[in-house]
Amino acid sequence: MTRQYRLFTLEEAVNFALLALLIFVILPAMLDPFRLNLFGKYLTYAFVAVGLVLCWGAGGILSLGQGVFFGLGGYCMAMFLKLEASTPEATAIQSTPGIPDFMDWNRVTELPWWWEPFQSLPFTLVAIVAVPSAFAFVIGLAMFTRRVGGVYFAIITQAIAAILTILIIGQQGYTGGVNGMTDLRTLAGWDIRPDSAKLVLYFVNGALLFLCLLAGQWVRKGKVGRLLVAMRDQEDRVRFSGYNVANFKIFVFCLGAAFAAIGGAMFTLQVGFMSPTLIGIVPSIMMVIMCAVGGRHSLLGAVYGALIVNGAQTFFSEQMPELWLFAMGALFISVVMFFPTGLAGLYEDHIRPRLPGLRPRRPGRAEPIATAAAE
Amino acid sequence: MFDGYTMGELGAIFAMQGFAGLILFSVYVLMALGLAIIFGQMGVINMAHGEFMILGAYVTYLCSLFFATFLPELFGVYFFVAIVLAFMASGSLGMAVEWGIIRHLYRRPLDTLLATWGLSLILQQVYRSVFGAREVGVRIPEWMRGSLQVTDLVEVPFNGLLLMTLTLCIAAGVYLMLYRSAWGQQVRAVMQNRVMADAVGINTGRTDRLTFGIGCGIAGIAGSAFTMVGSTGPTAGQLYIVDTFLVVVFGGAASLFGTIASAFSISQVQSVLEFFLSGSMAKVLTLLTVIIILMLRPQGLFTLKVRK
Amino acid sequence: MTPDTPSYATDFLLAVERLTVSFDGFKAVNDLSFYVDQDEIRVIIGPNGAGKTTVLDLICGRTRATSGSVRFKNQELLSMREDQIVHAGVGRKFQTPSIYDGLSVFENLELSYPGGYTVIGALAYKRSAEVMTRIEEVAELVFLSDLLDVRASSLSHGQKQWLEIGMLLIQDPQLLMLDEPVAGMSVAERKKTAELLNSIIKDRSVLVIEHDMNFVKDIAHKVTVLHQGKVLAEGSMEKVQSDPRVIEVYLGH
Repeated sequence: MTRQYRLFTLEEAVNFALLALLIFVILPAMLDPFRLNLFGKYLTYAFVAVGLVLCWGAGGILSLGQGVFFGLGGYCMAMFLKLEASTPEATAIQSTPGIPDFMDWNRVTELPWWWEPFQSLPFTLVAIVAVPSAFAFVIGLAMFTRRVGGVYFAIITQAIAAILTILIIGQQGYTGGVNGMTDLRTLAGWDIRPDSAKLVLYFVNGALLFLCLLAGQWVRKGKVGRLLVAMRDQEDRVRFSGYNVANFKIFVFCLGAAFAAIGGAMFTLQVGFMSPTLIGIVPSIMMVIMCAVGGRHSLLGAVYGALIVNGAQTFFSEQMPELWLFAMGALFISVVMFFPTGLAGLYEDHIRPRLPGLRPRRPGRAEPIATAAAE
Repeated sequence: MFDGYTMGELGAIFAMQGFAGLILFSVYVLMALGLAIIFGQMGVINMAHGEFMILGAYVTYLCSLFFATFLPELFGVYFFVAIVLAFMASGSLGMAVEWGIIRHLYRRPLDTLLATWGLSLILQQVYRSVFGAREVGVRIPEWMRGSLQVTDLVEVPFNGLLLMTLTLCIAAGVYLMLYRSAWGQQVRAVMQNRVMADAVGINTGRTDRLTFGIGCGIAGIAGSAFTMVGSTGPTAGQLYIVDTFLVVVFGGAASLFGTIASAFSISQVQSVLEFFLSGSMAKVLTLLTVIIILMLRPQGLFTLKVRK
Repeated sequence: MTPDTPSYATDFLLAVERLTVSFDGFKAVNDLSFYVDQDEIRVIIGPNGAGKTTVLDLICGRTRATSGSVRFKNQELLSMREDQIVHAGVGRKFQTPSIYDGLSVFENLELSYPGGYTVIGALAYKRSAEVMTRIEEVAELVFLSDLLDVRASSLSHGQKQWLEIGMLLIQDPQLLMLDEPVAGMSVAERKKTAELLNSIIKDRSVLVIEHDMNFVKDIAHKVTVLHQGKVLAEGSMEKVQSDPRVIEVYLGH
């Protein structure tokens, strides 16, 4: 039987291997520690973009609030690191030693109860994934069981991103406010600041990203993945085939949130801080753009999209600060208008047909997405 | 939270905050009307709507400079000239954008969101390059600056009154255009069945362009009105875009009356809360309430039940 | 909306009682009652706008009723979700072919195979030999054996209708609801479909909406005529055809 289920086709396996080669060999060999750390930072956004491929590309659910989950993961990590950096000895000059400095500045005299559990590393590691997923579950449950979708879902998730940002900035005594949580030093006694630690973190980040990619591939290739495509095409038919559509949407939304959260935590570790400017409306849309540039249907494309958009952002803002918004704006418009399937689409249309031994896919492959995203 | 206020003072506070809320309401309505046309009627998500509004604000600013320099004796009426120019500027930019970008994306509403986001980045940078990163404010003519003393504790500023009158006129105008004019009928026909509208001889392309242009033009007027109560910066538009979308969605996207009612309730709740809580918490609570209500009633407040 | 379920039990497979739905004041279905027996083939006919499709929508949970009751094997359907109604044993074919364009014919059929309905179940799902055999059997039945690996989007209109019928067969419902199964088909396709339907309607109850009177005559045990959301006449084809009110509705004006 040729129809037996396989996780990878040969071509996909080769593409996975090429990406692994790039992340684990080529980039570390070519870049100095500073640049490598920068790429590590870009790759933390790839987690979000991969999650978006599942939600948006496969499931047709566009969330404009992925920054929320990225941020929640990042803040969970940051809270742990901040507590570890705020030993009574290190904070002896504060009026209340032993609590984070921004609390002291805001005349908070006691560690709030919800900060307490973040003294524990195991709790923190669980919370990094569990808190954002649970939040996504609540949002998903409320929205998808009531059949809110498409544009409305996008707008509401965007509003949630706005709310979270305002809340974090407004409650600076508990969150560090607009400056975020800075001055993070050690993870369970291990200093995260030197180059050697950053190198380790880069590889950990890459490994986690591949775990997420594999999980994503597994979901997409399995029955859930086909159901997601089916839901995009004919949601009613899926219902009348006996599936509770909402549950599958909630699942994929939570999965996307969990991926984003891992990315957020790795961001905190590699960059050394977390702030509300990284998680609001603008960064959340940027995450969607990364996914669109890479190709909203391609897990690997999302990784390249994250690298390219972030790389372009750094390049333009360094080289021509006045022009970078023009360049980014033009990039988004042209991707949406001329390359709606992103880089992965370019590969499908132009590179793939020239590769030896690969027959072009059957017609009707490129288009159905755009119309399905409607409504 | 009511400790330390007498009943009379509380009444005055509610009245004054209520009035402040009415100003916010006017800005929301003007922004939301344009969006309700574009999003509600055309299904296009225009993330650059705030930038169209800011264009109107900058046009008003330029206009005030022009009158102050060349026509000081007519300075009192520059605002009315500015409104017209703002409408035309934002409207023509809107039509150009529709022609260049939007019309290629009608079948992909989520993609219009991304493309118009890119557009908003570009416009912001244009404003920054032309007008500088600093916020600019306009000089308000003498006659608009006074205020009406209603009771000892309650006073009502003129510019607020003017703003509200303007809002009412625009809202009435939009209503008449959409529901009482041939254009409105065409717009609604195109939205309900594009192919059919085409077949009965409606120029759908032109209707789309005009509709988008008028929606953007109204945003321009909103920007013009906005200068009466706040200063204008390159990114000021972005601050309002989420609120405005919520207003439109909350009201039920296709209902003008719903848009106005939802703008009213959201702005009133927010400005009354603002007096008692910090501004940020007031905003958080307002948005949260809206979202929770939307989760319970996703179709918005005012929509009809239709046969599928 | 709370269904007004009567307290007594019924022997009918499907009991629709006092069913009403109102869209903004307009009653598309108005105080409608009818009963379908085990293994009965019931055809609903009626002029355009009589509320035929709406009745099917109400039974399968696509539209929410304003009042009334729909009982299937004495279970109230009106308070159930669409997927629960499917699990109870009701299958529905839509008027326009409703299939998954982005998937292959095989995958279309596979998703309709009962089981793996929960998220966990779907994650753990394995494509077993049993599933594949069943899919091939059904594909044979609906004339799509050679097209299993073709994308559903490239099928012809008639083939899409067959595919949807095949998807329902795999689901194996006790009550099958078909909305104009031969509409928009060529004469040859129509004939093939009639054969197909005749072979699959055995051992189950079927509720069909159809305009093609020859086709109706062929298969119907009983005909229900709807007019303005109400039952106008009910009985055998001959009886209904000779009913003066039916003639008036179809030929009047």
